[in-house]
Amino acid sequence: MYKTEAIVLKRINLGEADNIITLYTPNFGKIRAVAKGVRRPKSKLGGHLDLLTQSALLLAQGQNLDIITQAQSIESFLTLKSDIKRISCAFYIAELVDQFTAEHVENYPIYRLLHENLLWLCEARSCELVLRHFELQLLSHLGYQPELHQCLSCKSQLAPERNLFSASSGGVLCSACAGNEPTARSISVDALKVMRFLLSNDPTSANRLQMSRELSQEVEQLIREYVRYLLEREVKSLEFMNHLR
Amino acid sequence: MRIGFIPAAAPISRLIEELGKLPGIGPKSAARLAYYLLRTPEAEAKALAEAIIAVKDKTVLCSSCQNVTDSDPCAICSSEERYHGIICVVKEPLDILALERTGRYTGVYHVLHGVLSPMDGIGPEDLKIKELLARIETGSVEEVILATNPNLEGEATAMYIQKLLSPLGLRITRLARGLPVGSDLEYADEVTLTHALEGRQAF
Repeated sequence: MYKTEAIVLKRINLGEADNIITLYTPNFGKIRAVAKGVRRPKSKLGGHLDLLTQSALLLAQGQNLDIITQAQSIESFLTLKSDIKRISCAFYIAELVDQFTAEHVENYPIYRLLHENLLWLCEARSCELVLRHFELQLLSHLGYQPELHQCLSCKSQLAPERNLFSASSGGVLCSACAGNEPTARSISVDALKVMRFLLSNDPTSANRLQMSRELSQEVEQLIREYVRYLLEREVKSLEFMNHLR
Repeated sequence: MRIGFIPAAAPISRLIEELGKLPGIGPKSAARLAYYLLRTPEAEAKALAEAIIAVKDKTVLCSSCQNVTDSDPCAICSSEERYHGIICVVKEPLDILALERTGRYTGVYHVLHGVLSPMDGIGPEDLKIKELLARIETGSVEEVILATNPNLEGEATAMYIQKLLSPLGLRITRLARGLPVGSDLEYADEVTLTHALEGRQAF
């Protein structure tokens, strides 16, 4: 038996009334566990294990997957869950964590990031800002932080002019070195500054950032391309998120 | 030296393989069921086989409510006793069975055949939402009851449909959420208790 906090990322039906639940925990990273009988109305676990709920859990070691024996919700992110647009963003955040992490790899900063950004998403002025901050910070904690200060090729400091962002090299190239990277795309000085700012600030400070529509779209496109390159596939929740815009 | 492994006779192996595809049936249960069927009287085994064929051959989706039926429109949609001004929107045909068991609902249904699940790539166009809109535009519907499951995906689906329907000016309701009969207050989660408090009624 062991205790842990966790945020529910995913639920899949198992058998008559059970679920296999994908959890993100502070000390064990991503784990999957069985919750028995959660689909029955009288389940004492069900309400505490809904998607994107933070709960304190007691688990028993099972043969294959561990079994959740007790659950008590800590934070249900209710304000977020009463707005369909914010829900769609939260689904996207959960899918990113699920896709980018392997089971049983501890990464406490990712747990904290997930928790902080879900809280921020409850009241953020701009959902886009939360998503950009989350994407960049997640990549950074996973070891994919893009190089945004010096040219990846010649190592010189980037000049305050349009440079090139290369998803396959994971960072920015100066215009002189861009010839070797045909897939690199143009990145404005402002977009570069926004990405640096989001990487070095927590939600409270990042929430102050104001972006024009064009700038927001530019940053979104750049990060999206980088995420797609790393995952080697589309993030499925994107379609629904775009559908609601 | 190990000798070659001899599997069950080909027809039995085939049955075990087919049964093993059913949800909740592992290889051991599949083998047990296969040998059970082998011992049952021929008429019983044939009845099962015919039932499986009939369920694929003789059922269609009702063109109105999208429920699985053997006659189109289905028994509920064509019933004179049913009130067609109220539509109860559910996730799957099994939910209709549960609601019908109450014997208290006199309106008609609409089956979505799923809920929004963006992480699995299931979006609005994969559900029978277009059909619901078409039904409401042509008929004289007064109320739509959103009876999707009270979990995040069910709520998201209900909210999405509510958003689509709200310009049409009809009454949109959601099944009440609260404490299940025979349960214990101390095990209830905050969300359920909050809803139960908000939805309390004069006693």
